[in-house]
Amino acid sequence: MSTVSEPVSLSAPRGADAGLTPKQLADKYGLSVSGRRPGLIAYTKQLWARRHFIWAFATARLVAQYTDAKLGQLWQVVTPLLNCAVFYLVFGVILNNKDGFPKYIAWLCIGVFVFQFTQSAVQSGTRAISDNLGLIRALHFPRASLPIAFTVIQLQQLLISMVVLVVVVVATGVKPSVTWVLVIPALILQSMFNTGVALIMARIGAKTSDISQLIPFAMRAWLYMSGVMYSIQDRIDKWTPAIQWLMTVNPASVYMDLIRHALAPEIYNKHIYGEHAQKLPHHLWAMGLAWGVVLLAIGYVFFWKAEEEYGRG
Amino acid sequence: MADIDLSKNDIVRDADVAREPTVIVDDVHIVYRVHGAGSGKGSATSAVSRILSRKRSAGVREVHAVRGISFTAYKGEAVGLIGSNGSGKSTMLAAIAGLLPTEKGGIYTNGQPSLLGVNAALMNELTGERNVILGCLAMGMPPAEVRRRYDDIVEFSGINEKGDFISLPMRTYSSGMGARLRFSIAAAKTHDVLLIDEALATGDQAFQQRSKKRIEELRKSAGTVFLVSHDNSSIREVCERTIWIEHGELVMDGPTDEVVGRYERGERP
Repeated sequence: MSTVSEPVSLSAPRGADAGLTPKQLADKYGLSVSGRRPGLIAYTKQLWARRHFIWAFATARLVAQYTDAKLGQLWQVVTPLLNCAVFYLVFGVILNNKDGFPKYIAWLCIGVFVFQFTQSAVQSGTRAISDNLGLIRALHFPRASLPIAFTVIQLQQLLISMVVLVVVVVATGVKPSVTWVLVIPALILQSMFNTGVALIMARIGAKTSDISQLIPFAMRAWLYMSGVMYSIQDRIDKWTPAIQWLMTVNPASVYMDLIRHALAPEIYNKHIYGEHAQKLPHHLWAMGLAWGVVLLAIGYVFFWKAEEEYGRG
Repeated sequence: MADIDLSKNDIVRDADVAREPTVIVDDVHIVYRVHGAGSGKGSATSAVSRILSRKRSAGVREVHAVRGISFTAYKGEAVGLIGSNGSGKSTMLAAIAGLLPTEKGGIYTNGQPSLLGVNAALMNELTGERNVILGCLAMGMPPAEVRRRYDDIVEFSGINEKGDFISLPMRTYSSGMGARLRFSIAAAKTHDVLLIDEALATGDQAFQQRSKKRIEELRKSAGTVFLVSHDNSSIREVCERTIWIEHGELVMDGPTDEVVGRYERGERP
């Protein structure tokens, strides 16, 4: 048996490198520190390289989600429709919101579907990291792939729901018009906003799992304040300027109004509905654009700042 | 076996030639912080009193998993990591992969070391076919390469030997079949530094032989392979160098025959 001192030479650098410290050796051969956060541009490049994974992951999740349910992916459409029915019963029939309101069912359904899009982005964003720790601890990929993939899932679901929404809107007597095209830029802006929010929530949710207990309350408060089942503009004059401003810039109602106006412009037409016609706040597109761009940028940088910490400890 | 012996001789003969390092582990300490490890004080009243008294959660305990390990691995090496359960082998591997932060010291690597752990990306509800594609994309392969390698992966896994199983959901697979498919996906990509944690003990005899051959190929085309295993015979077959870790400390680092021999006899130097 050989001595213990001899095997150490397997680790030690040989020949020209003999005597170098580990740090010097690492520098000489250009080795990098394992697990360090890449720069913002390098990170974006890595993320772009994983775009096929993000898409495949989102599609796979969507398919896997409903394999146990007998009705399968039909639930994607049935759930928001049931929500619409409940809201119609409570706010339309019992609280009598619908009388005189132009196309109340179309108004309500668009509101519910659009709000649901943001709501599920927040919810799945919060769990994006904590529910996928196994994946994070096993493989290397830009972690932002996960919240983004979950937003893609919501978008895919919304596109299916959109078909149903169009059927509902047409059934209430709204005629198809060229303004329908505006749904596309509005949804793109809302997707950007949702991605930003999902990234922010993903970082918070990864650190403090308590937050997922609070989310349902926050989302319900947001839902009731966003004018899903009533009109903010009908009441806005009664409020103080601060609340007026808050209710107007609320991103959920901004995107809701954009899509309502795109799908059913006649709701806002004074010549048809006179005093019952809905009013649109000013600068709606500017607000939608600002929310989308700013939130996406903030969320992306905020998430990237903690990149090396996800899935640890 | 013949070429493994050859490479062993190379190391002895090339004593004066500078080698290219791929992984440098420099005096690394790793500490786990375990939350809620206290005496079961997760009740509501204790949570409230903890908030009121503004104390940091009392249930945090520190586990010093790795204490000052240093070694350097070079291109072309297959390094085995042995030691009893809880000695810090898997922790060391995760730290090399960059998945765990070090408390002190540094780990320098050539390229991105990958843990052979693609199983986490797979979904049991999906067909084997979709899982192959998803797993490859998760490892960062471009779609064209996935299409090119798809047939090889399925053939290597041997899933279709007993009928068309690849188009069935993975939840219908036996545990051995699932493990084989996971290994086949993970081993499809060539890595600069490949880290394998107890993945060789899966599948039947024929599959184990095939996977050992595949690791040998990966090692030649890639750079360095690390293998954690309690199966000393697979360490002997695959690795020419072995590091013995105990209580988070490096006990011995040397040629496999010598280190594993001493480990089996329980002779700590």
